[in-house]
Amino acid sequence: MERFVEYIVMWPFLAFVISLFLPKNRERLISGFAFGMIGIHLIAVLTLLVLWLTSGQDHINIKEISLYEGHDMNFFIDLFYDKVTAVYSVVGAMLTFLVTTYSRIYLHRESGYKRFFYTILFFYSGYNLAIFSGNLETLFIGWEILGITSFLLVAFYRDRYLPVKNAYKVFSIYRIGDVGIILAMWASHHLWHDNITFEKLLNVELVSHHLEDHSLFGIFISLMILTAACAKSAQFPYSSWLPRAMEGPTPSSAIFYGSLSVHLGVFLLLRTHPFWEHQIFARVMIGLIGLISAAAGASIGRVQSSIKSQIAYASIAQIGLIFIELSLGLYSVALVHFAGNAFLRTYQLLVSPSAVSYLIREQFYHFEPKHQNIETKFSKKIEYSLFLLSIKEYNMDELLDRFLWKPFKNLGNTLRFINISNLYYITLATYFAGLLILVMHYKLPPFIVEIIPGIFVFIGLMLVFRAYAARKNIFVAWTTLVMNHFWVVLAISFKDDLTFSEIIYYISGIVVAAALGYFVLYRIKSLEPDVDLNRFQGHAYEYPKLAFLFLVACLGLAGFPITPTFIGEDIIFSHIDYDQVILAFFLSLGFVISGIALIRMYARIFLGPHTKRYHAIAQRSS
Amino acid sequence: MNTKESIFREENVIHHLKHFLPSQAPLKDFIHHNTLHAFQDKNFYTALTESSSIFGYKTSLSLAEYRDLYHQGKIREEIIDKILRSQKPSGEDEIWKARMISGQYKDSFAGRRSHLRNNWKDLYNIDLDLAIQPFMFRFLCSYLDQGIAIWGFPVWNKGFLTSIREMERNTYTSFFKTPRSRQLLMDRKCEISDLLKILVGDEALYEHYLFDQQFAHPGWSGMVSVLEDSPGSLLDQRRITLQEFIIFELLLEIDTLDNKFGENWLPMAMRLKNKPEALFAPVPVTEYREVLHLWQDAYEWSYYDQVLAGIALNKQDNSGSTKIRFQALFCIDDRECSLRRYIEDEDAGARTYGTPGFFGVEFYFQPMDGKFTMKVCPAPVTPKYLIKEVSDNKKNKKDFHFSEHTHSLVWGWLITHTIGFWSAVRLFINVFTPRLSPATTLSFRHMDKHSRLSVENIGDHEQEHGLQVGFTVNEMADRVEGLLKSIGLITDFAPIIYAVGHGASSVNNTHYAGYDCGACSGRPGSVNARVICYMANHPEVRNILRQRGIDIPATTIFVGALHDTTRDEIEFYDDIFPDLAKSQLHQHNKKVFQNALARNARERSRRFDTTQYRTNLGKLHENVKKRSVSLFEPRPELNHATNCLCIVGRRELTNHLFLDRRAFMNSYDYSIDPEGKYLFNILKAAAPVCGGINLEYYFSRVDNLKLGAGTKLPHNVMGLIGVANGIDGDLRPGLPNQMVEVHDPLRLLIIVEHLPETVLKTIQTTPELYEWFINEWVHLVVVHPETGKLYRFADGRFISYNPEFLPSRIENHEALFAHEKENLPVFFIK
Repeated sequence: MERFVEYIVMWPFLAFVISLFLPKNRERLISGFAFGMIGIHLIAVLTLLVLWLTSGQDHINIKEISLYEGHDMNFFIDLFYDKVTAVYSVVGAMLTFLVTTYSRIYLHRESGYKRFFYTILFFYSGYNLAIFSGNLETLFIGWEILGITSFLLVAFYRDRYLPVKNAYKVFSIYRIGDVGIILAMWASHHLWHDNITFEKLLNVELVSHHLEDHSLFGIFISLMILTAACAKSAQFPYSSWLPRAMEGPTPSSAIFYGSLSVHLGVFLLLRTHPFWEHQIFARVMIGLIGLISAAAGASIGRVQSSIKSQIAYASIAQIGLIFIELSLGLYSVALVHFAGNAFLRTYQLLVSPSAVSYLIREQFYHFEPKHQNIETKFSKKIEYSLFLLSIKEYNMDELLDRFLWKPFKNLGNTLRFINISNLYYITLATYFAGLLILVMHYKLPPFIVEIIPGIFVFIGLMLVFRAYAARKNIFVAWTTLVMNHFWVVLAISFKDDLTFSEIIYYISGIVVAAALGYFVLYRIKSLEPDVDLNRFQGHAYEYPKLAFLFLVACLGLAGFPITPTFIGEDIIFSHIDYDQVILAFFLSLGFVISGIALIRMYARIFLGPHTKRYHAIAQRSS
Repeated sequence: MNTKESIFREENVIHHLKHFLPSQAPLKDFIHHNTLHAFQDKNFYTALTESSSIFGYKTSLSLAEYRDLYHQGKIREEIIDKILRSQKPSGEDEIWKARMISGQYKDSFAGRRSHLRNNWKDLYNIDLDLAIQPFMFRFLCSYLDQGIAIWGFPVWNKGFLTSIREMERNTYTSFFKTPRSRQLLMDRKCEISDLLKILVGDEALYEHYLFDQQFAHPGWSGMVSVLEDSPGSLLDQRRITLQEFIIFELLLEIDTLDNKFGENWLPMAMRLKNKPEALFAPVPVTEYREVLHLWQDAYEWSYYDQVLAGIALNKQDNSGSTKIRFQALFCIDDRECSLRRYIEDEDAGARTYGTPGFFGVEFYFQPMDGKFTMKVCPAPVTPKYLIKEVSDNKKNKKDFHFSEHTHSLVWGWLITHTIGFWSAVRLFINVFTPRLSPATTLSFRHMDKHSRLSVENIGDHEQEHGLQVGFTVNEMADRVEGLLKSIGLITDFAPIIYAVGHGASSVNNTHYAGYDCGACSGRPGSVNARVICYMANHPEVRNILRQRGIDIPATTIFVGALHDTTRDEIEFYDDIFPDLAKSQLHQHNKKVFQNALARNARERSRRFDTTQYRTNLGKLHENVKKRSVSLFEPRPELNHATNCLCIVGRRELTNHLFLDRRAFMNSYDYSIDPEGKYLFNILKAAAPVCGGINLEYYFSRVDNLKLGAGTKLPHNVMGLIGVANGIDGDLRPGLPNQMVEVHDPLRLLIIVEHLPETVLKTIQTTPELYEWFINEWVHLVVVHPETGKLYRFADGRFISYNPEFLPSRIENHEALFAHEKENLPVFFIK
C-alpha cells in the first residue's frame, strides 16, 4: 500500500511534465491526455480508499527520501494517509476529473488551451502533494505550487488589466499565508529539535510534554498556522481576494476558488489539530475568526448582485462555519461539510451563466413588488449602515492596503535614493564592508556580533522594499532582489556551524536564477527600450518565450521548489535560534515581500494590456 | 454673475454622450443593432475612420488579415482591379494596388479618448478608475439588480440620487471618505458644471472630460442610458438617469482626490501644460485608411460577385412544374436558408416562403401565470394588443442550485451537509450524459403546445393593461392580407400551409435572447405562428379576404409550427385535422420536415469542430441536439454567424444556388406590388433588422475586445441585466467571441427583384431608410425582373453590374460537409 501511495502522489507530476511537451494546437490530444491521466488517478485514489478501509483504517506514514541532512536538521519528504487525506483526495480527484472533462469542450478554440490544461495538472500535483504530506516541509512544497498556479489561472487572460491585477492581489495574500507556514516550520523546528511529522503529532504525550516547557512557542506556532489557513481559505480579514479570483474561465474558478484551493486552509487546521487542540487560546481564535468570517461573509454575500461573488461569499461563510466546527473539535462534521460545500459551490459556479434565464423566468412568474415597511428611524439607520458596509465589504481591502501594503510601499519609496547610478556602488561597497566585518568579527565585542546578523538581514529587507516599490529601472529592482539573498547569507555566516555546502545549497539556485533573470532583462531592454515597472506592459504578447523564462527566473529567485534554494531557505532558518524571533521575522518578511516583488516585476513587464496598439486591446475596465 | 455665455451646456453634452454610448438593452431583451449607430448619419468608411481615431476601436480587419485573405484567394485580384478602376483616377490604380499588396503601414488603434483624463495619472499620480470603479459598479449593479441579491437595495423607488441621499442621511457610515463630497451631495443643487469646476476648471474641457470618464466604462454608462430611456426593459423597474450617474461618479472623484490631497488641490486645467486635441476635431483620412477601405470593398465584392453571377444566370423557370403539395412560411432568418433548401429537395411539391418571423401580427404575449407581458414583434413596434395563454400545465421546475437558501448561513449549512452531495451526482450526469434540466432555456417552453390563446377579441374591445385582448375580425383580415401580399402568395394555395416560427435552446447561455427570433424581440416565434394560423383559418376572415381578392379555398388549412434552430426539431400546433386525407398528407409532410431537419443538422455540424461528422444522420442529429443541453458547450449553435446577404424576391431567384446559410430571404413578388408599397414595408424592417444583425456581427468580429464582449468563458452575470468579466469589470455589450469567431466581416448585400426606378423611389421614402443605403451601411443590388440584369446602387443611383466569376456546379454539395469547415463559395446545385 505504501508504494501505491507514492505512485499516487507522483502520477500527477508525471502527467504535468509530459503535458508540457504536447503540441500546442492538438486540443484533443492535450485534453484527452489530461482526462486519461486524471481518470486513472481517480481510479487509483478510489482503490486506495477501498484498500485502506478494508485494512483496518490505520494511518499510513511513509518516510521518503531525505533531500538534505546535516547540522541538526533533516529535510525529508514525508507522506501520510488517514481519514482526512482520504476525504480530500477523493473529493479532489472527483472534482478535478469532472472539471477537466467539462473543460475539454468548454475551452475549445480558446487561446491558451494547452496552458490551461498543464496549469490544472500542475495545480493538481501541488494539491495532492499537500494533502498527502506527512510533514510541514512537504506540505509547503505543495502549498507553493498551489500559490503559483492560482496566480497563473487567475491571470489566465493575461492581456487584460483586471485579471492580472487581481492575480497579483491573490498572490500577495497567499504570500502572507506563506509567512505563516515558514515561521511555523522554523518554530516547530526549535520546539521539537527535529523535523516533526504529522504522525508524531498524534502522540498526545509527546505534544503536551513539549508544549509544557514552551507554551508561548506553541501558541506562536498555532497562530502562524491559523494565519496561513485564514489566507488560503479567505477568512477574515483576507476574504476579499476570493471573489476577485473569479477572473479565469468559469471551470477553473469553480475548481480552485469554489472548491479545492479555498478549502486547503481547513485542511491545514485538520492536519495539525493534534497540535493546537490542547491550546484553548488557539481554539478560541479559530472559532472567533470562523464566527467573524461567517457573519461578515453571510452579510456581504446577501448584498452581492453578481452571481459569482455571491457564491464566493456564501462559500466563505460556510468555511467560517467549518472553522467553528473545528474549534469545537467536530472534525468529522467539518470533513463532511468540506465535501458538501466543495461539490455544491463547484456545481453552482459551473451553472452560474444559466442564472440569467432561470431567475428571469422565476421573476416573470413569481414577482412580488417590494413594499416599504414603515420602520423607526433607528432601525432604518442600522439597515442602511449594514447595507453600505456590506457593499463595501467592511472595508477589509482598504484596511489591508492601509496597514499592510501601503507602509511597505512607503518604505520602499523612501529608499528611492538608491538608483541605477549609485546602486552598484552602494551595494558592493556596503557588502564589501559586511564581508570585512564577517572576517573580523572575532575581534568585535560579542554584543555587536549578536546584533550584526539582524542588521544585515534588515539591509536585505530594505533592498527588497526598494524593489517592491520600484517603478522605473528593471535592473535596479532585479539587482536589489538578488542582493537580498547575499545579505542573508552574510548574516547567517556569523553562525559558526554554517557549513560551506549549506551555503552552496542556498546560493546555487539563486545564482542560476539571477543570471537567467539578467539575461531576460537585457534581452527585453534591448528589444523594448521603454520597458519599466510603472504599469503593466503586456510584452508576453510578442515575447512569450522570454516571459516564460523570466517566470522561471522569478520562481527560482523566490525560492520556489524548483531549485535547491528551496531547501536552502529551510537550512538558513534552522540556523536562527529560537530567541531570535525578530531575525526570523525579518527574514521571512524578506522572503515574502521579495516573492511579491518578483511576481510584480513579471506581471508589470510581461502581463496586462499590451502597450503597443497595433492590435485590438481590451478596455482597462473590462 | 457671469455675463459671458457658457460654453458648456449640460443637456447638450448628455444628449451627445447618450448618442454615442452603447445602446444594448438588458440581456432578456437582447436585440441586435448597429454597434456604431451613432455614426450612421455618416458614410460607412468615414464612420470607421472617425470612430477608430476618436475612440480607438479597431473597425476593420488588419492589413495583415486582408493580405492573408488575398493570398488564400478569398479576395480576388480581378475584383481589386475592378474596384480600383472605378474608384481611383485612371493611371493611379497600379500605384494603389501596390500600396494594398505591399505598402508599409503601421496599424494603430489608439484613440483620442482618455487623453484628457489620463492627466490624473500623469500629473497627480493617482489612479481614479482603480479607486472608484469597483465600488461604483457594485453599487450601481445592486441598485439595478433584478433578483440575484438576497438583500435587495433598501431604497429603490425614489430615483438614483435621491436614494443615495436618503441612505446617506440615515446611516452611521458614509458613501464618502471626506466631508466635501458629502456636503455637495446633500446640497440638492449640485450640478455637473459645479462639480466639473472643482475637478477640471475649464469649461472648454468639460465635454471631453465627461466623454473620457463615461467611456472608461461604456458598458455601465450605456446600460444607464438605455434604462433612462426605456425603464420598461426591467421587470422590476428602477429610475435612473445618466446625469445622476455622472454626478455620482464626479462626487466619488472629488472624494478620492480630497482623500489623497486634502481639499486644496488645483483643478486639472490649472496644471495642464497643453490642451489635448479636441475629441471630435476633424479626422484626416490617411492613405493607410484608404488602403484598408479598398481591401474591405474587394473582400466584400469577391463574395458578392459569385452570388450575383449565380442569380444572373438563372434561366430556368421551375415554377408550377409540379403539383404543389404544401407551402411553408419561414422567418427571413439566415438560419432557415438551408432548411428551406432541404425541404424543397425532399419534396418537389413543397414551396417555401420567407417573411419576418412575427408573421405580421404584433402583440404582447402573457403566458399562463405570467406576472408580466412580453413583446413578440420587432422592437421598434409598439403593439396595442394582448394575447393571453390559458393552460393547465406548469412550466417551471425548480433547481435548488439557484435557490437563495444555499447562500444563507443556516440553510447553507444544512444544504451543504445534505443535498450538497447531490451536486456531485448532478455534475457527473451533466458531464457525461447531458440532458434537459430546469436551467435549460428550451424554445418549446415558450408556450404550452396544448394551451389556448385569446386570439380573437370577444366582447366589446376588452381591455387589459391598457391593451386590447385579441384582434377583431377586421384587424385579423388586415394582417393576413398584409402577410400574404407581401410574400406574393395570393393564388395556388396548397391544402396545408405551415407557418413556422423559430426559437433556440441552450443552457449556460447568458445571451440566449439573441438566439431567438429577432422579429419577435428575441423570443421564440411559436405564439405568432399559431396566431397567424388561427386568423387565416377563421371563416369570417376568409370571407373578407375573398372580397379583397384573395380566395383561399375552404380546403386549405394553416398550421402553426416552431422550428428549434439549435436542436433542429419542429413542433406543430393545433394539427388535428377533420379529414383523414389531410391527416395523411400532414403525416407525409412531417416526414419531409424530419428528414430535412436531420440533413440541416448535418450541414450545420460541419462548423462544429467538436461534433464528429457521421454518415449516420440519426446519430449526428442526436449529437447536435446534445449541444443544446450541455452545460459545457459554449456554442450550442452559431446563430447568425457568416450572414451577409438579404434577398428580397421570389424563391426562384436563388433556389438553384448553394448560399451556405448566409442569406436572409424575404419572399416578395414584384408583379403584385408595382408601386413598391409592400417593398417599402419589407425594406423598412429588413435594413435595420438584418443590417443591424450584420453590423453587430461585423464590429464584434473585427474588434471583439472593445466592440464585442470578448470570450464568454470568464463571464459573470451582473444583476441579471448584463455580463462582466470577473466581479469588478465593466458590463460587456456586444457579442462574445464564441458567437462571431467564424463570421466573415462583410456588410450586408440586399438584393431586390424589382425595377430599379421603383426601388430607388422606395428607399427614398423616408430619410431613416435611405440613410442605410446612401451611407453604404448596407449594399443594394437590384435584379431587373424582366431582363435579369443587375444594377448596383452607388452614390444615389443605380449603375449596371456585370459579374466576373461564374460559380461552379456541384452534384452533391452534402458530400462537402464531411471535411469542409470553412465558408464555402457559391455553387450551382440545380
